[in-house]
Amino acid sequence: MSSKRILIYGIVALCLLGLYVAGRRTAQKPRPTASGNAAPEFSVTDIDGKKLSLSDYRGKVILLDFWATWCTPCRAEIPHFVEMQQKYGPQGFQVVGISMDDDAKPVKEFYRQFNMNYPVAVGDDKLAQSFGGVLGLPVNFIIDREGRIHAKYLGATDVSVIDKAVSALLANP
Amino acid sequence: MKKLIYLIAILATTLALAGVASAQAALPANDPIPQSSLITPEQLNQSLNTAHKPLILNVGPRSMYTQAHVPGAEYMGAGSSDAGQQKLRDRVKSLPKNAAIVVYCGCCPWGHCPNMHPAYQVLHSLGFTNVKAVYIANDFGTDWVNKGLPVAKGE
Repeated sequence: MSSKRILIYGIVALCLLGLYVAGRRTAQKPRPTASGNAAPEFSVTDIDGKKLSLSDYRGKVILLDFWATWCTPCRAEIPHFVEMQQKYGPQGFQVVGISMDDDAKPVKEFYRQFNMNYPVAVGDDKLAQSFGGVLGLPVNFIIDREGRIHAKYLGATDVSVIDKAVSALLANP
Repeated sequence: MKKLIYLIAILATTLALAGVASAQAALPANDPIPQSSLITPEQLNQSLNTAHKPLILNVGPRSMYTQAHVPGAEYMGAGSSDAGQQKLRDRVKSLPKNAAIVVYCGCCPWGHCPNMHPAYQVLHSLGFTNVKAVYIANDFGTDWVNKGLPVAKGE
């Protein structure tokens, strides 16, 4: 084999290696996962002491938000979710917040501070496991009017992406 | 022909460097925790099978620890909380200053994690010289569980 040919093969191999490594990094970015499975039913007590069941909102498009007060990306999303609840609520939209804080005290303070306008409960590992595990925050599920998981978003997600998915579902009653 | 080879060589070098730079982005620059103290999830996993396994301390939220944690890891509480920091101090007070200690969280993306830096700082300020922090870029689910690394569940 000539030295020129060896050089060209070497260069091509380097190109492929570079593309492979860059591609792997890109592939690890958070992305939505469509599911189609029925959302697991749960019944918990919200931070006001009221019963909160997912089935109470059957027929509505639900944004189920797993979050925590100490989670910076989660905190950044909350004002947008408050706005979405206001904007889309009359069309049959409901945000439900499940905080993964260890106790309710900081959640209650945060709820008041951020003027949250949707029900919030403190979740536990069992509830998280029923949704496939919450091993990083935030995790958002969009659930359609029939109670099926339409999309799952892991990690900080552009809220406009969530807004778009919700408004598309609301447009198809 | 020579020109073509040079052109391809430049292109290849650029792509290779892009790949290497992208891989290096796995460890953050200008982080409050020095790079020399950061290890990857894979490095921690390798250390699990060694004779001198480090003391592994979870400094994240309890609900995530009970769902899945590194086998053998002890739960300290959130590194950002006073209670978590106190438990951390209590746990290490009888250890020699050169004890191998690994702290990890994985509650949220590294740049947003409120627990790692305070936990590392507690150990550093106590004079521990062999403390490693696991760099979890996204979260424990993405960077540990989904990679098929071993997990334990429960308390």
